[in-house]
Order: sequence, then structure tokens, then C-alpha cells
Amino acid sequence: MHRSSEVKHVASYLNTRGCECFGQPCESHCPVLTDRTIHVQLKTFIKIRVKPDRTGVVTDGVKHSMNPFCEIAVEEAIKLKEKKLVKEVVAVSCGPQQVQETIRTALAMGADRGIHVEVSGKDYETLGPLQVSKIFAALAKKEQADLIILGKQAIDDDCNQTGQMIAALLDWPQGTFASEMTLEADKMKVVREVDGGLETIKIKLPAVVTADLRLNTPRYATLPNIMKAKKKKIANVKPADLGVDVCSRLEVLKVDEPPQRQAGVKVETVDDLVGKLKEAGRV
Amino acid sequence: IYAYFVPLGLHNRAAQLIEFLILAELPELHQMMRQTCRDYAQKELAPIAAQLDKDHKFPAKQVKELGAMGVMAVEVPESLGGAGMDYLAYCLAVEELSRGCASTGVIVSVNNSLYLGPILKFGTEEQKKQWITPFTTGERVGCFALSEPGNGSDAGAASTLAQQEGDEWVLSGTKAWITNCWDASATVVFATTDKSLKHKGISAFLVPMPHPGLSLGKKEDKLGIRASSTANIILEDCRIPLGNMLGERGMGFNIAMQTLDSGRLGIAAQALGIAQAALDCSADYAHKRTAFGAPIGKLQAIQFKLADMALAIESARLLTWRAAMLRDAKKPFTKEAAMAKLAASEAATFVSHQAIQVLGGMGYVTDMPAERHYRDARITEIYEGTSEIQRLVIANNILKEYQQ
Repeated sequence: MHRSSEVKHVASYLNTRGCECFGQPCESHCPVLTDRTIHVQLKTFIKIRVKPDRTGVVTDGVKHSMNPFCEIAVEEAIKLKEKKLVKEVVAVSCGPQQVQETIRTALAMGADRGIHVEVSGKDYETLGPLQVSKIFAALAKKEQADLIILGKQAIDDDCNQTGQMIAALLDWPQGTFASEMTLEADKMKVVREVDGGLETIKIKLPAVVTADLRLNTPRYATLPNIMKAKKKKIANVKPADLGVDVCSRLEVLKVDEPPQRQAGVKVETVDDLVGKLKEAGRV
Repeated sequence: IYAYFVPLGLHNRAAQLIEFLILAELPELHQMMRQTCRDYAQKELAPIAAQLDKDHKFPAKQVKELGAMGVMAVEVPESLGGAGMDYLAYCLAVEELSRGCASTGVIVSVNNSLYLGPILKFGTEEQKKQWITPFTTGERVGCFALSEPGNGSDAGAASTLAQQEGDEWVLSGTKAWITNCWDASATVVFATTDKSLKHKGISAFLVPMPHPGLSLGKKEDKLGIRASSTANIILEDCRIPLGNMLGERGMGFNIAMQTLDSGRLGIAAQALGIAQAALDCSADYAHKRTAFGAPIGKLQAIQFKLADMALAIESARLLTWRAAMLRDAKKPFTKEAAMAKLAASEAATFVSHQAIQVLGGMGYVTDMPAERHYRDARITEIYEGTSEIQRLVIANNILKEYQQ
């Protein structure tokens, strides 16, 4: 969750999103690493209330679940493994104890092992794309990963920065907003959904890819896989072990709810409309 | 917690259950499983439930997807193609699925408890391979034929006959109210091999569907659970190999009763799902609907209803979980299962009735799901042992406990 000085943007997001877990709030940061490897960032979304002291949002007792774009990323990783194009899928999450649940969900979908990068308390509240991407870059080097797949953005802060930052830190090529990815020899062909349409690029591995909505439809974990997930390992790591400083360079000044939507006004004629717009100083 | 209990010689599973009782939280495995089923029900079942009900349409695609997830054969060991999980997991699955669509819930329940259940318990290795494995994937479902037009609760008075002719059994008679039959590929049929022995003369048989001599009556036009088919099974000179007898001759009644003991937990779970869906609907409405200047959730009349509804569901749920855990621990669970089914089905009818009341006029129309929950709930008090029978079972057990 990354809070920036763009308070209005964050706040207006907060109220338009609901939660998909039958009304239960949820939150987590959860990137995924793999060994020949797929890195997926998992994040989730929150039914949010602004804290009374306006320093942020209420996170107490918030249930964690996976960011939808990250689910798509995990699914793609597992698909690559099923096609025998990758050897191992590792799911990674940065956050407090609760993120282990999210990692287990990724394991139940088919990831081989998990890594929990423990960040809690104040550090977690200020954790943002820059710190997460540094953690990833360090892990990628340590695990000798070949491919990192993340969700294109987290739906709690909509930053859309982590994937790009990881690529920059590692000096790896990136294929963002992927709606299709195909491994061709040592290159990844990525079809990107951009404003103008679809762009196809070929990037050399190791690389970073961020998943967009139409990349695939994530599978439901099967019961046997849920059972197998129990036996898969989740390693515990601290940012300090990776040589990463999670201190934030940003200070949140305040967090507000968006202004209440005002009732509209009906007008009879175009002249009336122009008149009203002039009155409101819009024209 | 495990470290504490291991010295007591308890294995991991028992330690988990004790953890549950102390922390009142399900083991992680079950939580994950429950969440998966909940997600599936919310995304894939709830949006189509109303249409399935209107069209009386069997959700074949969803049943296949559930089969792929392992939900159509939860307790069946992995070696036979099932998910290899316990009965508590199964009850959680049925509850969450029924919360999305009650008909799908009963289809899953009948396949698991009433069809696969007895074969798993009483079948030979050969029978298991032939009659279980193809029914774990969702491609095929099974059904359970005990009731007849002349007897429902009085299961011992079965009049369907099974006569041995050479190396075949010849079945004749009619079975009534058979869930899934129009979509099933096999059935467990109970027929009497010796009427003079009364209930001790009943035996169980496995019959593939379709099969010469087996025909189906017209689909019943039911009040609820309309996406699952219910009809008569008519047996006229229906011939099956001798090897199709399930268990020993004369064991049929026993098999039926033991199967229903477990089956009623599946129905309890279904009833809980329906009740929960009705509560979801009411609580949501209580927030949104305003009357007398405020959301109706502020009114005590509505609050008392919601409280009573939630209480009924939670009590029944804990009874169901307890009965399932007793069964998993291989302890006697007949009384608890009867209590669970009774509590859950009465909770379902109560909660769905009150849900319509909370929704007022909106509860009476098909725009809101409350009316469907009301119709779906009603059958849970009737099938797999009526509420009256459950009371008799509980009373018999109590009297035995206090035997002079």
C-alpha cells in the first residue's frame, strides 16, 4: 500500500472500490519469485475507512487476499510450468504474518514454494513500490531468477510502478500490461495492451512482465492442491537480510474521503444548461 | 499447540481439532478449502442460480468444474480419484456451494454422501474401481433409490423386489423422489430379497443408468431446488449381474441407515448455506432500505429478527461441525447428526421465512433471491429423514443413554 502526496487520488480510489470477499476487508503485498522463475506480485483490495486522525486508512483486523492482477500473474506462471517451460514457481509476499495465507493460496494454485519477506508495523504502513521493487531485485539476484511476473498494479493504491522499478533496478527488459506472453527460445514475446491498441514486443530473458486483465482466467485451487500446499515450504526473510532499507522517502500529509457527490440538476433547454454552467463558473 | 499435545500421544489431526475447539477457528486447510468454495459459489453459481431455478436446468458445466476441483468426491481417497479430505471439509464445501445455489449443493451432496458414500464403505475393491472412479470427475453423477411411492419414512417396508434368476438379479418395483435421477449414470437401489424378513430382508444393488428394465418417471415440478431433477425410477424386469449386490444379502437396511446418518450432515450443510444466503440478503437490505427516515437496520424489530436468524444459523453450524468431527474421529455420531440436520433445516425455514419478512414486498418477488431461498429451504426439513424422524432418532438415543 503506497500513500503518496497525491492525497486526492488515493482518497477518491478508496470509496469507489468494494471488497470481493463477501464484505470482508482484505489487504496484502505479495510478490512472487521463481527459479527459472516467475515473479508475481500479489496485492489485494480493501474495503476502506479513513482513520479518524486522517493519517491513513483503517487496517486493523483486515483480512488478506490476493490482488486480482497478481492472481492472473500466478496463473500465468503455473501455466508456463505446466508447459514445462519453467522449472520452478516461487511465490513471494512482503508484509506482516497474515500474508502467509496469500502465499498459501498461490501454493494451492500450483506454485512450488513461497518466500515471506517480513515487513510489519510502521514499516509496513509506509511500504511502497520503491521498497518492494528493491526487495524483489535483491531476491531475484539471490534466487537467480529468470523471469518475474507481477500484476500490473495493486488495486489498493493503483501505483503501477513496482514492475517497472524492478526492471530498472536490475537493468532487465520489461513487458508491461501483458495480455499475452509466449516464450520463444530465450526471448519472451509479449503482447501489450496500450491506449492505442496492442503492441507486440520481444524481450530477452531475464525479464520482468506485468500481467493485465486479459492475460488469462485464474484457476480455482483444487482440493488435492490445497492439501499439497500444506506441505510446501514458505521461507522467512527480512528486508535487512537482503540489504534493503524499507524506509519511506514520502510523508503522508493527510488522507481524506472524496467529497460527497452532489445531487444533479435537470435543465429543460440547452440555453438553460449553458446558463447554469456559466453560473457555476465552468464556462 | 501441537508441541503441547504431542507428548499426550495425540496425532496431528486430533491436535488440529483440539486447536479448533480452543481457538474456535477451523484448521488452515479447511479455511482455504472453504474460501475456495466460497469464491466459486460467489463467482460461478450465485449469478446463474435464479436462471437455473427458472429453467429447471441441471448445471452440467458447473458440476464438471466442481468435479475438477475435487468437490464431487471429497472423502474418496486420491487412489480412487477423489480429494482425500475429511467429512468436515465436505460439509464446509456443501455449505458454501449451497450459499450460491441450493440445487448445486444438493447435487454435490447426493453424489458424495448418498452414492459414493455407501460404495466406499461397503463396496468390494472391484466395485469401487467400477462405480466410484468414473463418478469423481463431475462427468457422471450417481443417485440413491430408497423411498417408494408407498413408503418414505417407513424405509423397512420396501416393496421393490429382487429375485435371483441364475447368475442375475431381477429387480422390479418403483422408487420415488429420487434426486439427480434424470442426470445420473448409476444408482444404489434398495430392494427386498425376502419380504418375510421385513427390514432384514432388504439388500442394496448397484444399477447403471440407462439400463434395460430401468425407466424414469416424469420430472417432478417442485417448489424448490428446481435445477436438480427428481423423479420416479421404475424397475421392470431389470436384470443386473450377481456381482452388483452391494454388501451382504440382507444388509440393505443397515447400509441405508448408515448412509443416511452421514447424508443428513450433507443436507444440514445445504440448509446452512441456504439460511446464510437468506441472512446475507436480509442484512444487506437492512442497510439499504430506509423507512421512517433511517435504514431499517436501525429498527429494533428488524434487529431482533437478524439476531435470531444469526443465532439459529450459528448454533446449527456448530452442531453440524461437531457431528462431522465426531464422524471423522470414527466416534458414534448418529444423535449429533440428527440434531444437526434438525437444527439446520429448521434454521433454514425460519431464516428464509424471516428474510422475506425483512424484505417486505421485495421478498415476495423474483427480483430478489429471498423467495427462492424460502422455496429451497422447505425441502431440507423433509428429505433424508423428516424433522419428525430426526426427533425420534434423537429421543431413542437419549433414552438409551439413560437406560435403567
